Formats: sequence, C-alpha cells, structure tokens
Amino acid sequence: MALALEGSQALARTVALCRPQVVAAYPITPQTHIVEGIAKLVADGQLACEMVSVESEHSAASVALGAAAAGSRAYTASASQGILLMAEVLFDISGLRIPLVMTCANRALSGPLNIWNDQQDSMSMRDSGWIQLYCATNQEAVDTTVQAFRIAERCELPVMVCVDGFTLTHTLEPLELPSAEQVDAFLPAYTFRHGLDPSDPRSLGTLVGPEHFSEVRHAHHQAMMSAQTAIEQADADWADVVGRHCGGLVESRGDPEARLGILTLGSVLGTLEDAMDSDPELPRARFIKLRSFRPFPADALRKACEGLDHLIVLERALSPGAGGIVGPEVQTAVIEMAEPPRVHNYAAGLGGRDLSLDLYSRIVQAAVGAERPREFAIIDADPELLPESDR
Amino acid sequence: MNEQPLHHLDTLRARQPRFRGLESGHRACQGCGEALAARLTTEAAGPDVVVANATGCLEVFTTPWPQSAWRLPWIHSVFGNTAAVAAGMEAALKQQGRATQVLAFAGDGGTFDIGFQALSGMMERGHDVLFVCFDNEAYMNTGVQRSGSTPHAAMTTTSPPGELRMGKRHMKKDILSIIAAHHIPYAATASVAYPSDLRKKVRRAMDTEGASFLQIHSPCPLGWGHEGAKTIEVARLAVQTGLFPVIEMERGELIGTLPIREPRPVSDYLKLQNRFRHLFASEYRARKELEHLQAIANRNIERFELRGIGSEAYDTEGADTVHRGGDRWA
Repeated sequence: MALALEGSQALARTVALCRPQVVAAYPITPQTHIVEGIAKLVADGQLACEMVSVESEHSAASVALGAAAAGSRAYTASASQGILLMAEVLFDISGLRIPLVMTCANRALSGPLNIWNDQQDSMSMRDSGWIQLYCATNQEAVDTTVQAFRIAERCELPVMVCVDGFTLTHTLEPLELPSAEQVDAFLPAYTFRHGLDPSDPRSLGTLVGPEHFSEVRHAHHQAMMSAQTAIEQADADWADVVGRHCGGLVESRGDPEARLGILTLGSVLGTLEDAMDSDPELPRARFIKLRSFRPFPADALRKACEGLDHLIVLERALSPGAGGIVGPEVQTAVIEMAEPPRVHNYAAGLGGRDLSLDLYSRIVQAAVGAERPREFAIIDADPELLPESDR
Repeated sequence: MNEQPLHHLDTLRARQPRFRGLESGHRACQGCGEALAARLTTEAAGPDVVVANATGCLEVFTTPWPQSAWRLPWIHSVFGNTAAVAAGMEAALKQQGRATQVLAFAGDGGTFDIGFQALSGMMERGHDVLFVCFDNEAYMNTGVQRSGSTPHAAMTTTSPPGELRMGKRHMKKDILSIIAAHHIPYAATASVAYPSDLRKKVRRAMDTEGASFLQIHSPCPLGWGHEGAKTIEVARLAVQTGLFPVIEMERGELIGTLPIREPRPVSDYLKLQNRFRHLFASEYRARKELEHLQAIANRNIERFELRGIGSEAYDTEGADTVHRGGDRWA
C-alpha cells in the first residue's frame, strides 16, 4: 500500500526497518527531518537503537565508526558542510574497511552560504573510498537505503546514499515502504569479521609504513571495483522481494533508438523525462542514469552508450578551474568504444537554481549541431547578473 | 634437566600476577613515561575492555604494522575523534548487552586541544567511558611542539626562548577544572611516579558508571630534556613541588588529594630538564619567570590544600614506598 510520505520521513522509517543498533547524527539542513524522524521512532520505542546526538559531524562519523568497529550496524546522515567536517573520518572509515551507511542529503557548499540543493558535497568526497549511490526518486532512496546495508556488509565498505536535498528530502509523495519481514529477510543480523572483541583482540588502524601501504590501497581499490557485482546483485535481489528495480549501476531509459544521450545523477532525471514527454517536437533522447558514481562502472556505462552520437553529461557540481567532475570520467570511459559518442559537459541547478522543463531544450541546443564539443559551461548561469569581466 | 629455565619468557609470564594489556617490545624511547602509564592503566583495567587510541606516540610506537604490542582489542582512527569513537563503541556494546568496558587513550594534544570538542561532547552525553590523558605537556610525536598543556615558560620547538621570549608565553590549560564543569561522576589526576595511586584510580574509574577522566602526568625524556633513568624522579618532583597536583573529584567536587609532606622548591624540578634551562640564566627575566612558576606551584598548594599534616602513609613521601617488612602503603 502506498503511503503519502515526505522523503525524509520515508527514509527515517526505512532506516528503522534496517534495525541499526547505533545512529549518530548532527543536525544540518536539509538532513534534519531524517534524524528527527529516527529520534522520534527511538523515543516512541519503535526502534531499539542507541541514538547518539553528537556535538559535530566529525563526531557523528566517529561514533558511527566506533559502533561499527565494535560490531553493531551503524548509520549516520549529513549534508554539505557536515560532509566536509566529516571528511577526515570518512576517509578513515573506508580505509579501515568498516561497513556503515550514510545518507547525504545533497546540498551546496559554502561560501557563500547556500542551503539549497546541488551535489558539490558528495562529489567532494569522490576519492574518499566510499561507495556512492545516487537516487533519482524518493522510492529509489527508500529501496537503495535497504540495499546499502546489504552492500556495505557484504563488501566491508561504507556506502553513501545520495539524496537531493529538498527536491527529494522535503517532497511529499506516495511511496511504498517495505514490510519489516521483507527487510529482516534481506538484511539478517550481521557480525563484522574484523570487529573489536576482547576474546580475540586485534589492532585496527595501526601505523602502516611504505612497505605495506600500497597493498592496503590496492586491496581497497579492488574491493571497490568488485563491489559493482554486489551493487547489481543487491538491486536484483531486492527487486525479487519488492518488485522494484533501482537501476543497478547504470540504467538506460527514454528512447532506446535515440542517437542523443543525456547522463544524469539524482533527481534531475525526472524533470528531463517530463520535458521530453511533454513536447513531441523535441529531439528524442536516451537517458542514462548513473546510479553508482563510486565504484565508477565504466563497462556498464560503455554498454549503455552504444549507438549514441552525442552524450550530454549534466551535473550538479563542478571543479572550478577544470570544469565538470563526472564529465571527464565519462569521456575517459567512452573513448575506448569503437564509435564513442561526442561528450558535452554542463553543470546546472547549482545551489538550488530551479531546473525547469526548458532545461532539456537548452542543453540539447547547446550540444547538438555544434561543430566541436562545446566547452564545459554552467548552462543556466545568467550573464545579465554578472559583471562584464566575469561573463 | 627437564625443568624450564627460570628466564624462559613463558614461565615468567605465567608467574606474572597481573594482566598485561600492553606488551614489552614496543618502540617507545627509554624512560618513556607514556608507555609506563599505558602499561599501568591497562594492567589495572584488565582484559575485558576495548580501547580507542588517538594519533600520537602511543599509537605509533605500539603498532608498526604488522606488529602490535596490544593484547587488547584496540582501534586508532584519527587524532581528534578518540572520545567520539569510544562513545560509539560504548553505545554499540550497550545495545549488544555486553559488559565490556571502554577506554579512550590520548595525549595532551588529543585531550586539551584537537580532541577537546569530542571529549566534551562524550562527557556531556554521559557515555560510560574512561578517558585517559597521557599528559607529557607537548606534541611529542611530531617533535616537541607546544600544546595547550605545555607549562608556562617551557621551551618547545614552537615556543623557543630568544631575545623576545622566555619559552611558552601562555599558561598550562587547567583541564581538570574544565572537566569538573561537566560534573562527571569521577575525574582525577595521577602520576607515573605513584603507580599504586594510579592503579587505584583506574579501578575506581572503571567501577564508576558514566564518563570518567584520568589525567596522568607522564614525563617525556626526549621532549623535556632529562635522562631516561630520571623519569620517576622528575615525575615525583612535579608532584612534590605542587606544579602537578594529584587530586580526585566527584561530580566536579574535590574529594581527595595526595598531600605534599614538605613542598620542594620548583627549581629542584625545573633544573633537571633542558626545557627550562633558559630559566637558570643569570638575567632578570629568568628570575622573574622562576618566581612566576613558584607562584603557580604555591597557588596549587593553596587551592587544593595540598600541604600535608606531618608524616602520612599516603602522601608524596609515603605513597608507593615499600617499607621495612615489605608492607606497602596505599
């Protein structure tokens, strides 16, 4: 039965269904409703869990780390500045191969201060060694959260579930929540093999010198690459339970015959799909939903791009001084194809800039028909608002 | 002939009455006060514990992969989050219904400075964690830089004496008063020079439900500039002069002190250490700083009423002294 739920409330209930034993969080917009929801479930006795309301995101990640190392299923959530404050600990969690799950309610980074949605926060953690899964809808956010615990525990890697702030977290819509029985069967009680236990004392996070460090990094990288299988498997297995797919690593949608592709991460996909559907005169496109950004599924991506002449990579973040973040990675992957598409890379919707239906025609016009791939651009930046020197 | 030789390690270990959480063979310097403090703490705490350890000498000299000197489950995450990692372990063990206790180890940098916020949060939330600060009064692992715990006028590589400076310009942070303001059930200071007192305080803290805090004064021969063989003497003088008060607090109220039988002048303590060498130059400002440090010691003695009332079994001369007949005080 579908329930009318705010994205954050749905996520709070879903996290509770996953039975974390420790949840640690520090409030930050737009993540707050998720942890408020979990705190209420704990207060009402509906979730047996230690809810640790810490004094900073640095400690939120650290409490989750400690709890998982001591053998408990652990969860945290954050966004924006909180992700940056956690950064040091996030690298440590993945480097120690500690399985836990975090929701990133995607939000822009300061400065200047901006509380609205883009994906600069999770993108800044690109190299942190966390699995990153992006959700296009709240239903995907619900289903991906359940899958994330399975993936984290099977791969002994942390998973960041990226959910667009406000666009998803604060939107109320009909959602299907799984039953407790479904989740319990999918996520049996977990024991961390490398946990801290006085009966088998081991040292975690030791000093590793040059003679072993490369091997540590190699093993981590291999584990991330191998996680592609676990991500696809978790999605397939969960689909067997609830009858819904989230798209594995990469999902192709839209017009399969189209020679034009548009690659997106997160919720902007729905806007572009609606735009194409609303106007039959517009050129048709194949939508490529990159669900797994880390690990980066180069093989699956090439397969999804077969037959394309043009590929627009539309992202919600950028690397100032270089251009896009996802775009160059996609370019590197597709260049190995026999007939690679021409890649066009744009950013849009930064700091919550509204993405309206005309975005579709703007990016298509900018890309198709151009003699050469146009340079990276923030496609919805308004030159009228800029001084002459910055245009 | 078949008897095990007396020096056989396993035989010796079997005879050893105490549990060793930290084994020998680690890479600490000779006379390291922190290694001694960590050994004493883990002996007293026993085997049913988990340890979160901050970045620092203790982490580095005990765990050069693939070796580890720990016989306890032990984790190091980063520098500033030790109290939070410990809080997470405590929350997990509580939820799992396990009685295993949680220890957090940090140096003064990981306690007074970079780890302070996490420590304050952990205490405010009342996690059942014993946080132990091995206080050697500077950033020793990175090569002796000043910390919030470095005493006034001490020389470090970032508080060097010179034409315009006489070592550290600022005071040693009064961490215990800040801890006391959290009104945690138990907080105390101890010194490696008084091991029985130290062990007793560890056990007391372990028996206390809720957050507890122990600050252990731990000389660093390399950083303080004294001979490795003088660690205990130096640590003892810090207490005997009043510069490092050994006290106990419950819920922020003073409940006990290690009385000083006959306070020694601070110069007895300072002159053993190169970090205070510049205070013994024959110049006015050196004399003023010596007076300043003596005033700090006097103030400590007054504030905590450290002056003993004669020859007590438990005072700076009697504690941890083996008396004729083998009786041991305290």
